[in-house]
Amino acid sequence: MEVIEKIEKPIIHKKLEVNTLESEAIYILREVAAQFEKPVLLFSGGKDSITLVRLAQKAFYPAKIPFPLLHIDTGHNFPETIAFRDKLVEELGVELIVRKVQDSIDQGKVVEEKGKYASRNSLQTTTLLDALEEFKFDAAIGGARRDEEKARAKERIFSVRDDFGQWDEKNQRPELFDHLNGKIELGQNVRVFPISNWTELDVWSYIEKENIEIPSIYFAHKRKTFIRDGMIWSAEDNVVYRDDSETVEERTVRFRTVGDMSCTAAVLSDAGTIEKVVAEIRSSKISERGARIDDKRSEAAMEKRKQQGYF
Amino acid sequence: MEVLKIATAGSVDDGKSTLIGRLLYDTKSLTTDKLEAIEAKSKANGFDYLDFSLATDGLIAEREQGITIDVAHIYFSTETKSYIIADTPGHIEYTRNMVTGASTSQASIILVDARKGVVEQTYRHFFINNLLRVKDVIVAINKMDLVDYAEEVFESVKSDFQKLIDKSDFKDQNITFIPVSALQGDNVVDRSSHTSWYKGQTLLEHLEELDAQDVYEKSQVRFPIQTVIRPKKDEFHDFRGYAGKLYGGDLSVGDEVTILPSLTTSRIKEIFFFDEKFDTAGRGSSCTITLEDDVNVSRGDMIVKSDEKPQIEKQLTATVCWMDNKSLNPGTNYFIQSGSSRILAKIKSIEGTIATDFSGEDNSKNSLGLNEIGKVSIQLSKPLAFDKYHNNKSSGSFILIDSQTNNTSGVGFIV
Repeated sequence: MEVIEKIEKPIIHKKLEVNTLESEAIYILREVAAQFEKPVLLFSGGKDSITLVRLAQKAFYPAKIPFPLLHIDTGHNFPETIAFRDKLVEELGVELIVRKVQDSIDQGKVVEEKGKYASRNSLQTTTLLDALEEFKFDAAIGGARRDEEKARAKERIFSVRDDFGQWDEKNQRPELFDHLNGKIELGQNVRVFPISNWTELDVWSYIEKENIEIPSIYFAHKRKTFIRDGMIWSAEDNVVYRDDSETVEERTVRFRTVGDMSCTAAVLSDAGTIEKVVAEIRSSKISERGARIDDKRSEAAMEKRKQQGYF
Repeated sequence: MEVLKIATAGSVDDGKSTLIGRLLYDTKSLTTDKLEAIEAKSKANGFDYLDFSLATDGLIAEREQGITIDVAHIYFSTETKSYIIADTPGHIEYTRNMVTGASTSQASIILVDARKGVVEQTYRHFFINNLLRVKDVIVAINKMDLVDYAEEVFESVKSDFQKLIDKSDFKDQNITFIPVSALQGDNVVDRSSHTSWYKGQTLLEHLEELDAQDVYEKSQVRFPIQTVIRPKKDEFHDFRGYAGKLYGGDLSVGDEVTILPSLTTSRIKEIFFFDEKFDTAGRGSSCTITLEDDVNVSRGDMIVKSDEKPQIEKQLTATVCWMDNKSLNPGTNYFIQSGSSRILAKIKSIEGTIATDFSGEDNSKNSLGLNEIGKVSIQLSKPLAFDKYHNNKSSGSFILIDSQTNNTSGVGFIV
């Protein structure tokens, strides 16, 4: 009798190739979940924190993201960002905690800034520190990147803060290889920056490759705006101070960063798709923080804010 | 895109920050607003040229004193690669920053001032690159404009440096000499018209050719478990996934593996990355695996191929670089952390300090001070799976954590 040998079904060899920056970020997020009692992910609704959420999904799949999201609400948000936030949280099934700067103002803990350049950006720090204290969070994951600003270029991946949230820039723990030291005292907390080594272009390219949804204000749209100091400001929602000499005009713009409306300027752009946005960033000659008035206050603006507990 | 991490080292005033600024400027990586800030500041400081060092010095004290205090990270990219530069200060007291920068870098640039030649600091910089097994070292002989671009000067520095290389025990290190002027832009990105005698590549040309994948050294497979993933979902009812980053080599479904330190064996059943399954995980990837057998695996354990086991012991000897103001003394306790494994340890003895100028060991001292390097014998409270640093950087290195202050007090390279 003839023996017919069984033919094995061919195996489709698929190899997982490394994406260095993605792999590093996932590694960091898993270290946070393992080393800390109560981590939280700081979520602003901006592209960097949206990217962090995707990375966290990847890090713990098929389990849910094992920590809540915390939004420090300045009250000056773009409405599109809030709608986006609520939708995302529902899809993920994670807990969202919102703490409002307005409450800190009402409690008399901080005083609203006045004048032409008034912003709630630096007031956020108090609300953030109070929230960390309230929930006893020992690690706060943020989307800050070292390429954003000179003081941030010196930031660690695990950045230890004291009871007052202060950054002691001259006394930071050295970080070697992948050995991340998250040991802290009671009362201390750590700010964690998984996408420290990403550039703005890396983030945008990742959003494109992963097909990640982002708020509509990142894409070109028509908006009532006015010009001050060579920058374009939103004249909608009455958040940004404007005097009568500053005339409102409709322009086609988009936002490169989504912070507090009062300190985030728009750029003229007709990039309506993610591909066009990536192409625009690639050829851009202005840095992302160039559109953030909070950093223009002085050369050391960021360093000073960080010493006071800003992330 | 490939990511290449580079550490830079140089003495004070060797022009390290200027070199980095020049790389950024000539690759058109400086944005208009940053360039305008540099122009304004250079003018205010009374320079008639652009002071590129202003592009990197970030802290108030650094700008006031014109020095670099802490490791700064600088980013730029070309068509083919993304570059991350760890800019580390050159002062003697900042050895710890140089070691830190070199620990995550595949390549390193050492700056030498053409007028001063090889100095004590150069010894130290090269020694650290040697100790950390940094694969590619570029010796940028800078300020060539101040020695009339003379070939003899370049050759003389090169032959002095060769004497250091002769003392090195890391023979696979690639060392490349390039004559540059960071200030004038010679041989940094663009080829210089002043050094017709130099036939080699410019700094950027050289960097562009380096293989960034080598950051993950090719050696034996090491998969330290960071966390166990147990979704409480119906569709993944019995799922137990082991999440970690893969070092040394590739891991495939069906591979026979051993779990350390328990020495239990099993086979790789599945490899996940997010919602996709793979047959093979490439080195460097952060994946999640499942095993054929229901075995006990937790954080701190390590999965290896059964025919590639590391050492599993309760004591080890390592070259330690000390980074704390409080010195390291025998009889004291520290936590040893290597990846996801953290074990209480006792310092048994300090066998001697090692001079960073290649002059050898001094066995008369039995403590290690800040920025000193020495051979240390350590007793562990539990067995640790480890390799020699020369064979595997990730599982051959560790940090020492002070059990009282929680500071990262030192780094060890297992011998």
